[in-house]
Amino acid sequence: METVGLARSGGRSGAENARVERVRERANWMRRRLLGMIVDAGQGHPGGDLSSADILASLYFDILRIDPKAPSALDRDRFVMSKGHCTGALYTALAGAGFFAEAELDTYLKPGSRLNGHPNRAYLPGVETNTGPLGHGLPVAVGIAVAGQIDGADFRTFVLTGDGELQEGSVWEAAMFAGHRGLGKLTVIVDRNRLQQGAKTEDTNSLEPLADKWRAFGWQVAGVDGHDHAALLAAFDAAAEPRDKPLVIIADTHKGQGVSFMRDQAGWHHGVPNAEQYAEALRELGAELEAEMK
Amino acid sequence: MAAANAPAGLFDCRDAYVRAVEELAAADNRIVAVVNDSVGSSKLGKFRDRFPDRLINVGIAEQNMVGVGAGLANGGKIPFVSGAGSFLTARAMEQIKADCAYSEQNVKLCGISSGVAYGELGATHHSIEDIAWLRAIDKLTVIVPADPWETAAAIKAAAAHDGPVYVKISRMPVPELARPAGAAFAIGKAETLCEGGDIALVVNGTLVHRALAAAEALAAEGVAARVVNMATVSPLDTDALAAAAATGAIVTAEEGLAHGGLGGAVAEYCAQHAPVRMRMLGFAGFQPTGSVDWLFERSGLTAEGIAAAAREMLALRG
Repeated sequence: METVGLARSGGRSGAENARVERVRERANWMRRRLLGMIVDAGQGHPGGDLSSADILASLYFDILRIDPKAPSALDRDRFVMSKGHCTGALYTALAGAGFFAEAELDTYLKPGSRLNGHPNRAYLPGVETNTGPLGHGLPVAVGIAVAGQIDGADFRTFVLTGDGELQEGSVWEAAMFAGHRGLGKLTVIVDRNRLQQGAKTEDTNSLEPLADKWRAFGWQVAGVDGHDHAALLAAFDAAAEPRDKPLVIIADTHKGQGVSFMRDQAGWHHGVPNAEQYAEALRELGAELEAEMK
Repeated sequence: MAAANAPAGLFDCRDAYVRAVEELAAADNRIVAVVNDSVGSSKLGKFRDRFPDRLINVGIAEQNMVGVGAGLANGGKIPFVSGAGSFLTARAMEQIKADCAYSEQNVKLCGISSGVAYGELGATHHSIEDIAWLRAIDKLTVIVPADPWETAAAIKAAAAHDGPVYVKISRMPVPELARPAGAAFAIGKAETLCEGGDIALVVNGTLVHRALAAAEALAAEGVAARVVNMATVSPLDTDALAAAAATGAIVTAEEGLAHGGLGGAVAEYCAQHAPVRMRMLGFAGFQPTGSVDWLFERSGLTAEGIAAAAREMLALRG
């Protein structure tokens, strides 16, 4: 079985450092904000939110060509959040990118809020398709990429899937077709935190050899440390190179990343920190921030 | 108009469907067709030859077909997603709900060879549950055209409508209905094909011409039956239903389950807003193997069956 090398960041220029620092700061802000939203709402999916926060920060605050004032522009890059339960990460990214006012984050999961437990494009600008049931994002993203292919358009389409989600058959129907069509402007990121709702993916219905599966479906495969902002940006920059195959980036991540007592704990898939835990989480995130600011 | 596999004077509505889609595609390059290895059964071979870049064949993969349709709509296209009604609806139901209806995407779903068109192939291939399932989904327009004219008109109306639409397309030979000059199709607007005040026959699809024949037989007996073609099941034309209920009795008939579909929709409205005695004709459940005609006859989905149901209703009323 072929394995995938895990890209980690190396030496960088000053401009590159500025890009990375901005994404790092935004990801840290997303983490602090989404934990507060979950505490306030009394429910949420902190494990997956924290697992995917660095990926979303890299996309929304650097990579995606999007204009919050023109959320329906035909030539916009698309980001499809296939793991639709991770709205803490998605909504903080969308608010941070300017699709709606940051203050609206305080309405998360409240009666009548536009910030549903799963995203809704009919209410909320910036959402591309309504997800929640798993295995829906990739087929829709493939359709978007086919539309672009027919038109010879330049926009890129990104999809974030969970890893447990890859147990859904519809993912592989879409993966097969994307390989067949040679959708070179399509990039999937797998949030490979190795935990699904109740257990490890490999104990439930094993995904490995995962890279081989994608290769066999006609995809180019890359690996990245999904919490290394410089490596994520480099992987997304490389994804812009002309390709005649779709690309999957398998991001090695940790559920609950950034909060020590949540990290790699399946129990924090759902869950709400109590006051003491929330304070501890903020301290950890603040300490991290302070360390970066030196 | 020639339909190669239909007897003289009768037409396969798939021909009208593909002509309409080709006409739309010639005028608007946003029109694309998405199929599940169903180019032949959807009669889209000529479309593929004329617009090769706009025929997207995902292979035998209905969940992906509908998801891809939703994505194409996101990308600015107007996709006509066509597959055998049984597989398109049952296999991809969650994609229809979440990706098309709940996401309010501009996708046109075309259930081909629906109802019991695949008579001998059995209940796996019959699509008699589709209307019951789909009319339960919010924001999804559901249309069951009766003949070639209405099929073409419904397809054009679906293309012009900004939102998800399901069109149930028959392959069963049907006659072209006589309509007054200037007749127009509108989504959500029923067509009263025959005025009458004694009883109302509320029907759609392949049952419309049978209901007209039933009304003719009843007229010979001095009964004035009103025939309402309720092509749009969702949203219902409640004004037309109120007028139908005012006759005092309604018989519904459809090429689908006797419960949950058109009859169910009419009953829900009437029970709450215009109480009236009703009979609902359709299939009672899974159907055995057999020819389409035999299946229709054994469930009373014929002119005689509709007329007999009407007579029973009139007798009950005394």
